[in-house]
Amino acid sequence: MSIELRGLHKAFGRKKILRGVDLDVEEGETVSLVGFSGAGKSVMLKHIAGLLRPDAGTVKVDGLEVPKLERKQLNALRMNLGYVFQFAALFDSMTIAENVAMGLRKKGGSTETQIRDRVRESLARVGLEGFEGRLPSELSGGQRKRAGLARAIAYGPKYLLYDEPTSGLDPVTTTVIDRLILKMKEELGVTSVVITHDMESAYAISDRIAMLYEGRVVEVGTPDEIRATRNPVVRAFIEGQPDLAHDAEAPAPAAAHRGRKE
Amino acid sequence: MKPTQPFTSIGSSTLGVFEGLGRFSAFVGESVRATVAGLTTWGPLLPVQMRRLGVNSLPIALFLAAFTGIVLALQASYTFTGAIPLYFVGALVGKTMILELGPVLTGLALSGRIGANIAAEIGTMRVSEQIDALETMAYDPMAYLVVPRVLAGTLMLPVIVILSNVVGITMGWLTALQMLDMSTQQFIRGLRLFYVPFDITYSVIKSLSFGLVITVIGCYQGFHTQGGAEGVGVATTRAVVTAGMLILVLDAFWAMVLL
Repeated sequence: MSIELRGLHKAFGRKKILRGVDLDVEEGETVSLVGFSGAGKSVMLKHIAGLLRPDAGTVKVDGLEVPKLERKQLNALRMNLGYVFQFAALFDSMTIAENVAMGLRKKGGSTETQIRDRVRESLARVGLEGFEGRLPSELSGGQRKRAGLARAIAYGPKYLLYDEPTSGLDPVTTTVIDRLILKMKEELGVTSVVITHDMESAYAISDRIAMLYEGRVVEVGTPDEIRATRNPVVRAFIEGQPDLAHDAEAPAPAAAHRGRKE
Repeated sequence: MKPTQPFTSIGSSTLGVFEGLGRFSAFVGESVRATVAGLTTWGPLLPVQMRRLGVNSLPIALFLAAFTGIVLALQASYTFTGAIPLYFVGALVGKTMILELGPVLTGLALSGRIGANIAAEIGTMRVSEQIDALETMAYDPMAYLVVPRVLAGTLMLPVIVILSNVVGITMGWLTALQMLDMSTQQFIRGLRLFYVPFDITYSVIKSLSFGLVITVIGCYQGFHTQGGAEGVGVATTRAVVTAGMLILVLDAFWAMVLL
């Protein structure tokens, strides 16, 4: 198992965000996490990257229990993990090339020429050739997201975590980003977890889709299984029907895990 | 109002104070750890921050010192006329600049410039997830962001204050020459009258502590920024106000301990 979450709980003050999340992600698989705003999807992703510590439960990546890792071990793990942030989180004061080179420099073992070549290659992969000298403020929303993706893939991670990579983008740019995610999987063989609200994106890029609701994963399945689900919460979400969601409130349906590769 | 409400309120305020102190202590502890363990990270960034926080602050600090020196000379002359020999103007300008106004005015001005700058910059990085991004690429944000700023501010403030003292005294001397009909000999006689070398040490100790306070508070407030633009505004205001108050408290503390 590449990524394994078991009984994950997290609260901020009195507000319980995660209430026992279970999820497995196999090697080379792309799992999309869907759910209503504020359901805790980003919180879940941050636990995988070790940015948050769980109140209870376990988070394993590559068999390593993330919250129990020493700083050095955690940093070594993070060099295998690329994180694409919702708003790109590019460093404002640096050029795009400097942003993309950050992880490479930290990883070490590369000459300046190798770093330059790798930066150029990563930017070319996301269709941003010639953008090396620009500042993040000179880029459009879609370009910033692509630059964030270039930064995440530059040091060759085994895992890619995407936090709403297509939110706020026009349909064409959304398709471009979706294709990039698929390309990363096909060309680099990375294991990915993608947070999205866009079901069309989720169907297009995912091996499996997991629905987070009231702090738990209530449904996991292949895109076809999710399309055909009878779970009222999932139906409400994928059909965009607030009435269904309201009807489905109260008892959260037990998690149904389907479509997992054995 | 419930009869227990005042106690609940006092209790929650007390808890809040201890929680804040605990968080601040942890932050300082983490900064010390990062200073020791993260030399390769903060080392190359230190000169950049020394230039940004120190050299770039010189114009405002020296401007302030220049006019302080002029006003000190004129006010001393106004106060002393007919009662105290005029060469005491040199003594007052020198002593006041070195012991008090050089470090304190510079500290207060730079708590606005440096403290606000640090809090706003790190606060924006916090709310835009740039600090998280640093962590995901295995950078230690304490070593990358906090340590170089704290060391740069702490090391550069004494340099700025010494230069401010020089400029303030020089402007006081020029004012005495041009507007008070004093000679250079008279001014220097006054300047040397009560001067002891410890004055410089005192000025440096004060400015070191002011530099430390301004940068640590700025970094702490920035690091713990919550929310969006409003949160950054709150953090920036808190950084300036808290650093300003602590500078005045430290000023009194050093006077009681060292003088």
